[in-house]
Amino acid sequence: MMGAPSITFTGAAEFSGAPLFHDITLEITGGEWTCLLGPSGVGKTTVLRIIAGLDSAVDFRGEIISSDKKPLLNRTAYMAQSDLLFPWLTLLENVCIGAKLRGDQVDKARATQMISRVGLAGHEDKKPSQLSGGQRQRGALARTLMEDRPVILLDEPFSALDAKTRADMQELAAELLIDRTVLLVTHDPAEAARLSHHAIVMQATGLRHIDMPQTPPVRGIDDPQTLATQGKMLKILREGPQ
Amino acid sequence: MNWKHGIISAIVLIALWQLTVTLSGVAPFILPSPLRVANALWYSRALIAEHAWVTLAEVILGLIIGSILGILTAINLATSSTARAILRPILVFSQAIPVFALAPLLTLWFGYGMGSKIIMAVMIIYFPVASAFFDGLMKTPSGYLDLAQTMGATRSRELWHIRMRAAMPSLGSGLRLAAVYAPIGAVIGEWVGASKGLGYLMLLANGRVKTDLLFATLIVLAVLTVCLHLSVDILARRLAKDH
Repeated sequence: MMGAPSITFTGAAEFSGAPLFHDITLEITGGEWTCLLGPSGVGKTTVLRIIAGLDSAVDFRGEIISSDKKPLLNRTAYMAQSDLLFPWLTLLENVCIGAKLRGDQVDKARATQMISRVGLAGHEDKKPSQLSGGQRQRGALARTLMEDRPVILLDEPFSALDAKTRADMQELAAELLIDRTVLLVTHDPAEAARLSHHAIVMQATGLRHIDMPQTPPVRGIDDPQTLATQGKMLKILREGPQ
Repeated sequence: MNWKHGIISAIVLIALWQLTVTLSGVAPFILPSPLRVANALWYSRALIAEHAWVTLAEVILGLIIGSILGILTAINLATSSTARAILRPILVFSQAIPVFALAPLLTLWFGYGMGSKIIMAVMIIYFPVASAFFDGLMKTPSGYLDLAQTMGATRSRELWHIRMRAAMPSLGSGLRLAAVYAPIGAVIGEWVGASKGLGYLMLLANGRVKTDLLFATLIVLAVLTVCLHLSVDILARRLAKDH
């Protein structure tokens, strides 16, 4: 996508007086996938929520600068672990919800197109309860594509899926979100090793950059370099802060 | 519970009732037999129907007005912190006053007609509807609101498309309670002062020791309440569909 900006996140956060993370500088390269890995409670999701402009219940002191100097407001799309499809709407209505919420014209033809891009053609009129977990997450991806934002913030969107569906979804997301600035927060070193151009482990002491394989993502599940990187990440996660 | 169980328990109840009357030899003006009550129901059907219509109209109008006021209050409370700060204590305090105690005053202010009974029903159902719907509006899953915020939703559209839709099952629970309370409100209003309605007819029958007519009226009132409850239950299920 043209104009997907790089983002520099600098700052520290406190949660009810106690520091959550100290001064960190996170570089998110424009048009590429950056994975933020780390143990639970270290503040990964908080970083993502601050970038998304969402309430995070922490006291954040710092700044978020995009390479084109424009504010990020209304330029980010958000996908969470839960698909967040509204159960009372059909898949098509769910994909169109952004326009409805802003009071914009709803482009149903484009929404139908997005639904078929994620492989759900023919399911437009189904309610989320009639779709499988994997199909619902594809629906959420179609809704994200419909928003057509340059910056995509993914908060463990694949973690609740079974192994096969997760691998399929990772490939589909990587294919469809190409050339956008993507920040993926995840627990899973395998996911980070497969999908990211840049991977960073977030620890209580700060950020650790991981050397990634030369091959571009999406990398093969059984690719030796990917497996080695995955092993390295897991090791760092198990070692804990240095 | 299905229909079969309902019919069986009704038959058992009527049989016990008949047995009590037969074995105790109690005077009909104290406890009439089921047959006497059925007779009274049949011969006074036009009279009972005339009064039932009045009560039904009071209850339905009370339900509609009370629900609308309750819904508007809940929306107001959910969207404005000023309204929450000012209105909530008043609302909670108002619940400390037994509405029944106000019935004579309402009759004094609004007369013996339907108006005072409708107001009585409105006052009884307003709080459960407002409180249930308000709870629902404040409990929207936070993920939905996060999504709406990143999409750039306006507050009013977020309220209409997400918060209100997500609160429909709660509104359904409030309406279910309202449907049970509304007839109580109307009948108490009629007891205090009225010239029409099932509550009035019950008092009249009681005063003239027409206990069989009193029972017949009571049965019609119970049937009306059950029908109302079932209709509102269907509506509440529709509201909670897909949630």
